[in-house]
Amino acid sequence: MQRQVALIKQSLFDQGYLDEQFMELEELQDDANPNFVEEVATLYFKDSARLINNIDQALERGSFDFNRLDSYMHQFKGSSTSIGASKVKTECTMFREYCRAGNAEGCLRTFKQLKKEHATLRKKLEQYFQASKR
Amino acid sequence: MAGEIPNLAESKLTALVVDDNLVNQMMHHKLLDRLGIRNDVVCNGQEAVDAHCSGRNYDLILMDMEMPIMNGIQATKRLREMGIESKIAGVTTRAEEEERKEFMEAGLNDFQEKPLTISKLVSILHNLDFYVQT
Repeated sequence: MQRQVALIKQSLFDQGYLDEQFMELEELQDDANPNFVEEVATLYFKDSARLINNIDQALERGSFDFNRLDSYMHQFKGSSTSIGASKVKTECTMFREYCRAGNAEGCLRTFKQLKKEHATLRKKLEQYFQASKR
Repeated sequence: MAGEIPNLAESKLTALVVDDNLVNQMMHHKLLDRLGIRNDVVCNGQEAVDAHCSGRNYDLILMDMEMPIMNGIQATKRLREMGIESKIAGVTTRAEEEERKEFMEAGLNDFQEKPLTISKLVSILHNLDFYVQT
């Protein structure tokens, strides 16, 4: 079972979903906080779901307030960077570049990809944490 | 991080985390905990100022730059105007030279780029003479 957990984790790194910052989270997990990594991940997904919702609503309104969108994405990128969510972070960076360029179509396209990467990471981490508990 | 994680509990250092991002708050709080540094967390520069106005004092302040209500540059300036001599380390993802310079000139003692790690925090503590690396 430990081997399966290790393989799941390795594939997350190999496929580029996570970077070395995730290992920093694991360094912080100890007997006092044995579920620290999962707790941080849970907080990340809760907070990022809120940001996704805010951005979705802002985009649906049709009027692109690029400053506001950039501000939301700054938050999103910050959190993603802190937990090592590499692919999500990359999409955040691209979205911010499109905001600075005032490129609405680019923002929409990138945001769609970002949501996809975010959902995939969430599912894979849930599998990883469930496997870790067995 | 190569090598042991230092335990500074005996030094009875205290710190204040100033960051509006929930994931970063959790990470930085745990990073400091792990090094044996008791710490509080506030959400923006105004709360950091209010904490000091209420009589609280800290050896170290980890100050994010971009925050609502009062950002890190404004808060650092305000704290220095108040005569607060705590060591303040700027911690931010915004690392363009101009922005870094402006943040440093506000009254920082040190600066680190996010994401914060154990190594980076130890480096801050070393730079600010709280810890001698062997």
